[in-house]
Amino acid sequence: MMGTLNVIAEPGKHDLVLTREFDAPRALVFRAMTEPELVARWWGHEPFATTVEALDARPGGSWRFTMTGEGTEPMSHYGYFHVVDAPAQVVYTYEFSGMPGHIGLVTATLEERDGKTFLTEQSLFTSVEDRDGVIASGMEHGAAESWDRLETVARSLVVTA
Amino acid sequence: MMTIYEALAEPTRRRILDLLRERPRLVGELVDLLEMSQPGVSKHLRVLREVGLVDVRQDAQRRWYELRTDPLAEIDDWLKPYRELLEARYRRLDNLLEELKRQEENK
Repeated sequence: MMGTLNVIAEPGKHDLVLTREFDAPRALVFRAMTEPELVARWWGHEPFATTVEALDARPGGSWRFTMTGEGTEPMSHYGYFHVVDAPAQVVYTYEFSGMPGHIGLVTATLEERDGKTFLTEQSLFTSVEDRDGVIASGMEHGAAESWDRLETVARSLVVTA
Repeated sequence: MMTIYEALAEPTRRRILDLLRERPRLVGELVDLLEMSQPGVSKHLRVLREVGLVDVRQDAQRRWYELRTDPLAEIDDWLKPYRELLEARYRRLDNLLEELKRQEENK
């Protein structure tokens, strides 16, 4: 069973809101979001490998995830934790090495109902351009992933032909 | 002419769209609900019609304003690659959570 992801980025606004349901108690979802060895297993995206360089989930603690892949410069996502209220809420800053200095403030809230967890993640940027830039940078990666898959398919076709 | 993004950037126009999402409405209703002057509301409705977000249906003496969602679907397309990236990420988290749940049960 898969939860539905909602991505809300209203034109002209500074924020980006994600909602997603998980079929697990929130204590587990919280662990998966804040323990370094667990985060490394799901964060990031194909075909990049994610290295959790820092993840100190307490107020003032820092986090830094670096993605590496063949033929591309390593890209990092990093920031500092402001609020860590297990298992209900985490507030942290978000910055991407592709657009340094454009900092977002992320509030991730976990609510539990009937053993399921509802995640709401609001990212607030200082301008519409910053928010759209972050979405666009994610898209470039998404496109890279699609091209990679296409290449794999193309290669397998060559082999069987 | 304004782009759809510019049209949507104005808070009152977003509020009008929210009200029209519930049901088609007459200008008078919008004037009451928004507590604005009729010329002000009409000006916003004209902008929304120009970018194709609102249609007018004539019913005897009354003009009903209704929402058109086609242009909003285009905006949604803009977010699609980003959503796909996150969907893949959260599917991995789903799998990890299944594993953690089994570990807890076996404790």
